[in-house]
Amino acid sequence: MSDAVHPHDAHGHHDDHHEEGAHGTMGSYMIGFGLSVILTAIPFWLVMSGVLGDPKLTGFVILAFAAVQVVVHMIYFLHMNTRVEGGWSFMAMALTIVLIVITLSGSTWVMYHLNTNMMPHADMDMSGEMTHDMGAMHDMNAMANMSEMP
Amino acid sequence: MSSATAPTEPRVYHLPEEPHLHEGHSTSLGFWMYLMSDCLIFAILFATYAVLGGSFAGGPGPKDLFDLPLIALNTAMLLFSSITYGFAMLAMEKNKVSATQGWLFVTLLFGGAFLFIELYEFSHLIHEGAGPWRSAFLSSFFTLVGTHGLHVTFGSIWLITLMVQVAKKGLIPANKRRLMCLSMFWHFLDVIWIGVFTFVYLMGVLR
Amino acid sequence: MTGTLTTTQMIFGRLTWDAFPWHEPIVVATFVGVVLGGAAVVAALTYFKLWGYLWKEWFTSVDHKKIGIMYMVLGLIMFLRGFADAIMMRGQQAMAFNGNEGYLNAHHYDQVFTAHGVIMIFFVAMPFVTGLMNYIVPLQIGARDVSFPFLNNFSFWMTAGGAVLVMASLFLGEFAQTGWLAYPPLSGLAYSPATGVDYYIWSLQVAGVGTTLSGINLLATIIKMRAPGMSLMKMPVFTWTSLCTNVLIVASFPILTATLVLLSLDRYAGTNFFTNDFGGNPMMYVNLIWIWGHPEVYILILPLFGVFSEVVSTFSGKRLFGYTSMVYATCTIMVLSYLVWLHHFFTMGSGASVNSFFGITTMIISIPTGAKLFNWLFTMYRGKIRYELPMMWAVAFMLTFTVGGMTGVMLAVPPADFVLHNSLFLIAHFHNVIIGGVLFGLFAAINYWWPKAFGYKLNQFWGHVSFWCWQVGFWLAFTPLYVMGLMGVTRRMRVFDDPSLQKWFIIAAIGAVIIAAGIGAMLVQFAVSIWKRDEYKVEGDPWDARTLEWATSSPPPEYNFAFTPVIYDADSWADMKKHGYQRPLSGYQAIHMPSSTGTGVILAGLATLCGFALIWYIWWLAGLSFLGLVGVAIFHTFNYKRDYYIPADVVTRTEEERTRILAAGV
Repeated sequence: MSDAVHPHDAHGHHDDHHEEGAHGTMGSYMIGFGLSVILTAIPFWLVMSGVLGDPKLTGFVILAFAAVQVVVHMIYFLHMNTRVEGGWSFMAMALTIVLIVITLSGSTWVMYHLNTNMMPHADMDMSGEMTHDMGAMHDMNAMANMSEMP
Repeated sequence: MSSATAPTEPRVYHLPEEPHLHEGHSTSLGFWMYLMSDCLIFAILFATYAVLGGSFAGGPGPKDLFDLPLIALNTAMLLFSSITYGFAMLAMEKNKVSATQGWLFVTLLFGGAFLFIELYEFSHLIHEGAGPWRSAFLSSFFTLVGTHGLHVTFGSIWLITLMVQVAKKGLIPANKRRLMCLSMFWHFLDVIWIGVFTFVYLMGVLR
Repeated sequence: MTGTLTTTQMIFGRLTWDAFPWHEPIVVATFVGVVLGGAAVVAALTYFKLWGYLWKEWFTSVDHKKIGIMYMVLGLIMFLRGFADAIMMRGQQAMAFNGNEGYLNAHHYDQVFTAHGVIMIFFVAMPFVTGLMNYIVPLQIGARDVSFPFLNNFSFWMTAGGAVLVMASLFLGEFAQTGWLAYPPLSGLAYSPATGVDYYIWSLQVAGVGTTLSGINLLATIIKMRAPGMSLMKMPVFTWTSLCTNVLIVASFPILTATLVLLSLDRYAGTNFFTNDFGGNPMMYVNLIWIWGHPEVYILILPLFGVFSEVVSTFSGKRLFGYTSMVYATCTIMVLSYLVWLHHFFTMGSGASVNSFFGITTMIISIPTGAKLFNWLFTMYRGKIRYELPMMWAVAFMLTFTVGGMTGVMLAVPPADFVLHNSLFLIAHFHNVIIGGVLFGLFAAINYWWPKAFGYKLNQFWGHVSFWCWQVGFWLAFTPLYVMGLMGVTRRMRVFDDPSLQKWFIIAAIGAVIIAAGIGAMLVQFAVSIWKRDEYKVEGDPWDARTLEWATSSPPPEYNFAFTPVIYDADSWADMKKHGYQRPLSGYQAIHMPSSTGTGVILAGLATLCGFALIWYIWWLAGLSFLGLVGVAIFHTFNYKRDYYIPADVVTRTEEERTRILAAGV
């Protein structure tokens, strides 16, 4: 933890630019850009052409691409590594990712179970095939179905 | 406990030279923490979209609404703005004021193009009767994508402010620090956009 | 909202003459009282020519100590308001039997219980906790100020702005009648068309910005500004718990912000997130708000765990037992607090698998909390305990909080929760932990650090009176609620049909009156102590304390430490005393400090105005103040000169003054 304790001794008073020195170079920016173009283009192509056939499989593949692309952006554009700010930036990011996973998966899990248990006709609405007009009351959550649209 | 070797020996409790914290020593860490908290705002919007994104209420769904070539174009705008901001940062490190300003301006143009396309898309949707009030799906779609767009808008205002400040004061340390923060902000919005185009647009069309 | 707008509607939105609650005599009387009192204060300030002093030395100050004190004052004022709500509820429930309607109508009563919850959590507990951390943390880590001093000032004024909005709702329009978390669809436009929920939303949004920014600020301060030698495991425990608290703040308040944005979009823009129609799902709101809400309760309690650690160790004259386990327990609680949120709505119906998961995580979280309690007990074990006021509060906390924790574990069992949910048992439980934990901790902290902040101790006699009134009053007020909760009496009731319950409510009301006496005694304690401050004067270290904040003078100079200290131990002041530390008497240097600015006040004022305009649909004013907000913020960034040096001779003079006092005293 010595770098946190003496945060600026090592760098002295000469630093015009920032102490982390975590800037990219022309090369690293171009690598990042190239990778992100590829990682963006492939998912678009997969979805627009439908080559994989199975939407579920395509979904998983493009999610994987997105995850990789996030990492690429983090490394090449945001210059993230485990040493910036004595590791605190990385820790903050790790905790944030944990919390994002908890909120996203937790919410979907909780709400899915809730809908399954409490709304026997939930599937009606999920398909999106209903052709009621605007005024029709057909919502899946109408436990107290008495409100009007404002 | 462990350090109690010579309990009464006097110790040095003050350094001969005061430890000097330079100006802005906490800025990039503090700004990163702000970004992480902002990230959680987006996490909630994504979670809301994940839960409500299938509630079409008999209205139009993603397949009827999303125009993937347009989104691809929009994504390209944002990616280009990202690399041009990178170039601005590289020019800044070499203390080239006019090159920095030039690249910042190009970044602003790409950001503006992104916003223009997004607004076009939104107005088109609303015109078709698919406004945010139509269904929970559209509410969460507009809010998630719109919040990202709002961030880009404020990023652009900030960018203009910084261009003025660089013009006035040059690339002094304070301005460099600010450009660095905006760089983090701008690239962060990119990362969010990866989530948006994958999870909202592409997966929406797959649904 | 459709149809033609008259000119008055365009100018004043829905703000009309009828917005003032003329028909509520209680409110009108309060209003008259507030106006008279306010006028008296303003007149006094003007007469004694204090405005300039307040503005220059306090409102625009970026000194973390002054901002900390301002937070505490804000918390105290709001505490009196929140408690007034509480005692009104107790009175109403004690008399509303056998056809008696009580003295509060439903419209007013529902606002009272909502305001009580909102104020006590957001505008009492939060300012108190933030103020405490603001004052103590930089001193404990040997820093001169926080990382972002201007932001600190701004954060305070945003919190104060939120409080102003809540208070404004008392006299203009109404407050929410939805309960403190404003569940939709009740809080939606269809069922709450008036201004109440809008006041709720915007006061929390304005204050929430302040809370988040102050969290980031303190976090950066703890990480970046610790004195040389203070590694993480040499931080005082209060700083450790503050670190974890601020992580929780930064990582949970954005969730509240986002959730309230969705609710306000439903109310303002006609979206369908939480409505009953068009695919909206009100339960999603409940889910989201508790993802914030559960970490929030740990935001409140964790810093006080730190306070108890400092107090118990100081007044037992011993190093804290199990420092390392204390740190790990705090971190464990921090992470686990994100995994338990569903226990607030077991009855919503997510089913057995979901409920068991969250029930089990909830029970697990009691383990590190229990470990902390044992640490405090073992610190006291074979210590030379001095029962000064802070220690008395700490012991009272241990007794009270343990009961609250046990009833919490009862509620964590989903089948039991199906019986106890929304009953008075729940009310008794969370008051048991919040009063027994947060408030008792704050009282311990105030008694402990008052001499640090002002240079004199608090009066003992009135402190004891207050203490015993609180203990007796607390148990009298809340034990009946446990009993009735087990009998199935639900919360938020205005009148009751079953006359056999009345005796319990009367006991509870008597308890509330005794608590009121305790609060009164505390105010007397403050007044007497201020009055006799010369008699109670202390220097530096009145408690024979152990952590770094006691190494400097009391009150500390604005630069905190003349020389940045070097740290060898978690109890660094005890370590310095043990090694025969000599205060340096010469060689003072100029000290670099941030300068004051009024921008924070202006920005927060504009934000509050914007919130007010949005509540009343005064669109032009909302737009204008928002533009002003952005404009002033941008303008502020053009000011590059934000610091100054305290010249060496000023430092020398201040320190030599202290040398004289020390020599005279010892």
